[in-house]
Amino acid sequence: MTAKRKPEGTGRRFVKVCHILDQHNRNPARLVPILQAVQEEYRYLPQEVLTYVATALGVSPARVYGVATFYAHFTILPKGKHLVRLCDGTACHVKESVPILRALQKRLGVDEQKRLGVDDRRKTTEDMLFTVETVACLGACGLAPVVVIDDQVYGQQSPESAVKLVEALITQEAQ
Amino acid sequence: MSAQSLPHPNGNNGHTAQRRVIVCAGTGCVASGAYKVFQALVDQVRAAGLPVITEFRPEHEADAVRLNKSGCQGFCQMGPLVTVLPENLLYNKVRVEDVAAIVAETLVAGRLVERLLYVDSTTKKRCRGVEEIPFYQRQQRFVLRSCGTIDPESIDEYVHQGGYAAAKKAYVQMTPEQICQEITRSGLRGRGGGGFPTGRKWEAARSQPEGKKYVICNADEGDPGAFMNRSVMEGNPHSVLEGLMIAARAIGADETLIYVRTEYPLAVQRMRSAVKDAEARGFLGDNAFGTGRPLRCEVMEGAGAFVCGEETAMIASIEGQRGMPRPKPPFPAQSGLWGKPTIINNVETLAHAVRIVNEGAEQFRTLGTAASPGTKTFALTGHVANTGLVEVPFGATLREVVFDIGGGITDRRGKVTRDGFKAVQIGGPSGGCLTRDHLDLPLDYDSLRGAGAMVGSGGLVAMNSKTCMVSSARFFMDFTQRESCGKCVLCREGTRQMLALLDDIIEGRATAGTLELLQKLASAVQKGSLCGLGKTAPNPVLSTLRHFREEYDAHVFHKHCPTGQCKALAKPSIDPAKCKGCTACAKKCPVNAITGERKQAHTINQALCIKCGVCVDTCKLDAVIGV
Repeated sequence: MTAKRKPEGTGRRFVKVCHILDQHNRNPARLVPILQAVQEEYRYLPQEVLTYVATALGVSPARVYGVATFYAHFTILPKGKHLVRLCDGTACHVKESVPILRALQKRLGVDEQKRLGVDDRRKTTEDMLFTVETVACLGACGLAPVVVIDDQVYGQQSPESAVKLVEALITQEAQ
Repeated sequence: MSAQSLPHPNGNNGHTAQRRVIVCAGTGCVASGAYKVFQALVDQVRAAGLPVITEFRPEHEADAVRLNKSGCQGFCQMGPLVTVLPENLLYNKVRVEDVAAIVAETLVAGRLVERLLYVDSTTKKRCRGVEEIPFYQRQQRFVLRSCGTIDPESIDEYVHQGGYAAAKKAYVQMTPEQICQEITRSGLRGRGGGGFPTGRKWEAARSQPEGKKYVICNADEGDPGAFMNRSVMEGNPHSVLEGLMIAARAIGADETLIYVRTEYPLAVQRMRSAVKDAEARGFLGDNAFGTGRPLRCEVMEGAGAFVCGEETAMIASIEGQRGMPRPKPPFPAQSGLWGKPTIINNVETLAHAVRIVNEGAEQFRTLGTAASPGTKTFALTGHVANTGLVEVPFGATLREVVFDIGGGITDRRGKVTRDGFKAVQIGGPSGGCLTRDHLDLPLDYDSLRGAGAMVGSGGLVAMNSKTCMVSSARFFMDFTQRESCGKCVLCREGTRQMLALLDDIIEGRATAGTLELLQKLASAVQKGSLCGLGKTAPNPVLSTLRHFREEYDAHVFHKHCPTGQCKALAKPSIDPAKCKGCTACAKKCPVNAITGERKQAHTINQALCIKCGVCVDTCKLDAVIGV
């Protein structure tokens, strides 16, 4: 398991993945941290990388795919340049986070999240600039309702103020 | 009122009271701009000619100002918070523009900056500091004692305050049996939700044959609306690590792991740096406290699955699998991580263990009730005036927490209302709701269980009279349905069907049979699920059905939502007395359901109306009613 073997021909393409795998001693038990590091690098988990990770760890691609799709943090689809996360934890929910979500979705033209069979593709704008997601709780409940854009937390938001934040980014991108 | 002079910090009591300014750097205050305030303080104190110290020193020059960032001080809504010692002033909602006044007035001239003080919403009195603010006054901070003053990134300061003495005592002076006995005598119960006696858990793992054993700190605080663990990890990470070391000694483990929620990046960073500093000091490593025993600690980030807060699911996740639970027994204390004896304790439980070892079980038992000794932190959120992190002894009543500490219930606009209280949801998606009848119920493990709720991890969400309880039950059902891991059919499919039934109720399709079916299904899900997530998933529905049956009945039989929150049941109409016939609503209506002559009262055709609410937003005269 600790041997640093390099599958021929693919080594160069996946240099970064190899480095991540080596950091974790190519230990299948480290699958979750490995996928986290890969996602940090690529911003999502491309299918060919998942297969590569499976081969390198000596486990089935199904096992890797199973883990990648189980956890909410992992995404197998590319996300937009700006990640807009709306907290829909209990505290934010009772302080009316849903109208904020609707306003953001409307402004950015991403579909409303369907309850059943959520299609991740619809959370991202066509120009790949924005992805709108909800998260269960960010632990900033004292500031509810909370919107997080690219890791910057904005507290006590309203539909209007949240849309303004996004519009500022749109203006910035247009320049 | 003119600025009040403060006694000189180096008063005449002979001690050199050290000047210190603490900026709260918890997630809440950082979001409100705490880092900028801190930097402005550093720059402007320097510019004022005062020596600035930003790292911990046991003693420093009398005229120097020590500036440090702290973890969450709990009063998140009023952030960024700036505490000035030794006077113990608390300035709230401090912006960069206010820094000049703090430096010139308070630090240089020794006067108060009145406008930055907290104003009590009931007495309208300006409060100088934590001693005068009811939010803090009524609390008893045990676990959170140092959170908010100590620099979370300084192991030196933690050690200077007596830190790691308990871990050292556990390693050098005490045997594992003695530690387990002390914890058992203290009556400490797991703070993560279940309330299982910690001492018994440790003893079960200790009594297993010697060999590889593990201790895991459960910091996967997934309950939406709860942030107690985050605050402790961000505010005093070394206390968590020290508790973990004591647990390891108690059961004879040499490897420990902290499983932190990935949504808490600051907590992850602080825990990692605490582990690194403890290694550098020789508290962790091959020779813990010079005893020759190895002790290691790793911080692992979760990947966003609520079910991983369950012990066996967390173990699966650490082993690199999908986080699915497995049947118990065998309990993790017998066969856990990699099949070895493992104990999993909540962050708060471990932080309590430190003080129990330090001060003894009797001291711990002086707080709380006989069956639930000690204190508990609660994350108080929702419709209360003061949201934030609070710590009270077990046995405090709901009234004390919501009204005395929380400052009362607020309406939609954030104003305190007298009769606004409707319910609190305690214990998150696994818990239940408490009503007006429970206001004097003591908050402890057993009374809450009797009331059909649970302490849970400590999330307390207050709801005002404008909150629809059916929608609130639906919110939790939606959460558990999404977070169900899918292993047990009744949890996976049952929660989905329960959600569909709740949607029927909310959207006006329900019949008398719906409620009966909902109740039947709820009890089936409880019985047919393996882990805590499934077993408790129906709780919010069952407890709202028990306490707010009339609200369900109104939805089902009268197709009416008493709070007006369920849009599908709304029957918008136009008040002819108010309508001036401006035609604005008719122009905006997307389905042309509004008709009427100019300057005549308009009407809404119910058959066409899609209840989008555009007319309500458009009307400047508030003539649209019934929504």
